[in-house]
Amino acid sequence: MENSLLSIKNLHKEFDRNTILKGINLKLNKGEVIVIIGPSGCGKSTLLRCLNGLEDIQGGEIYLGGKLLQKNAKDISSMRQKIGMVFQSYDLFPHKTVLENILLAPVKVQKRKRAEVEAEAMELLERVGLADRKNDYPRQLSGGQKQRIAIVRALIMHPEVLLLDEITAALDPEMVHEVLQVVLDLAKSGSTMLIVTHEMAFAKAIADRVLFFEHGEIVEESHAPKAFFERPQTERARQFLKSFEY
Amino acid sequence: MWDSTMTVMMLEGIRDTVYMTVVSTLFGYILGLPLGIALTLTDKNGLRQNRTIYRTLDMIINITRSVPFLILLIVVMPLTKLLVGKSYGSTATIVPLTLAAAPLIGRMVESSLKEVNRGVIEAAVSMGAKTKTIVFKVLIGEARTSLLVGVTIVLGTVLGYSAMAGVVGGGGLGDIAIRYGYYRYDTPVMLVTLVFIVAIVQLMQVVGTLLAKRMDHRNNE
Repeated sequence: MENSLLSIKNLHKEFDRNTILKGINLKLNKGEVIVIIGPSGCGKSTLLRCLNGLEDIQGGEIYLGGKLLQKNAKDISSMRQKIGMVFQSYDLFPHKTVLENILLAPVKVQKRKRAEVEAEAMELLERVGLADRKNDYPRQLSGGQKQRIAIVRALIMHPEVLLLDEITAALDPEMVHEVLQVVLDLAKSGSTMLIVTHEMAFAKAIADRVLFFEHGEIVEESHAPKAFFERPQTERARQFLKSFEY
Repeated sequence: MWDSTMTVMMLEGIRDTVYMTVVSTLFGYILGLPLGIALTLTDKNGLRQNRTIYRTLDMIINITRSVPFLILLIVVMPLTKLLVGKSYGSTATIVPLTLAAAPLIGRMVESSLKEVNRGVIEAAVSMGAKTKTIVFKVLIGEARTSLLVGVTIVLGTVLGYSAMAGVVGGGGLGDIAIRYGYYRYDTPVMLVTLVFIVAIVQLMQVVGTLLAKRMDHRNNE
């Protein structure tokens, strides 16, 4: 019944009587990259968190591959394994080495063979240019390096969808580039992604579709990102984009 | 005066004190570690939030921790007799020591585990890790420095309690200090036992701190 990989129907989220998400409808197809932009507090990060069952929802449904996703359902663990998530604050395990950080979930959660996973981890580390840091602890890495490791940690699970939640928001400008380059490469290789970001140039370059969020609603949706960034259709999106100009 | 029997007595005292302290702490953790984990998981914002369980455990801990050790020692004597066969001596003292240590350990473990960054736990949740995996692979692993510091503190406290058990013939250095120093006014013997007690506590503290520092990968080089 569903062709899209991820399908969100009339999603409602409230927190302390505040409505965070007001009936979001969204379909994400395989291989598609959707970028969500919008002012802080508009609910975009919350949306990503709902998609991974990290938040209770008050209404609506989320389907992944046609299967209903519920936070407290028995199969949530296996559903989460199919949804990779990378956070703004990296959230690497501080007492684990880079390699241990990457291996934990595939070995302990997916029960894959350590040797096989380790070989794959090394390949991925090579890809993001950090193979030589495999035995380092997170504190020995820069923010950009930590975030690239966090991406590898998500990728090794072979997720069907990657959720990237403002992954460069805590980084120095120089490090933003190295991280976004990794994400661009992923998009090229056909990864399905839902990205929340404040990097407009990046959004323009990577998006197949752009969503402009405000007050928990999709205000504008565009299948032509370049046109959207040049000529947004709504006044609100225009104002928002203008705030990035000097 | 000081002779070889005295030396033997002191050595035995040290042995008994270390024995009581270490074994009671060990048993204390067997009870207290699951208790601390349960408190962490069931508390507000925990992975298995459950108000009833949290409040019940919380209350049990508060009550048991409020009972002065000397009273606990006497109150549990029937249990001690049942388990050990007698109510005096160092092995018997392990029973009340364990019971006194367990709630303290529960609290220490709880506070250590709660120090683990929420984002890190969420990262594990988002990977599909089940509660068991998160507890053993993430919470305990990431809180290990704090947990180890906790062990050091518990050892010191239990040692202090074990000395108190000397009042009812609990064995160990505290027993010697009370029998010689207090009942016989033999101050030198009491002072010597005191020096040993301090030395043991000091040693545990130094070793504990050193280990904790070694295991901390967050900021030391």
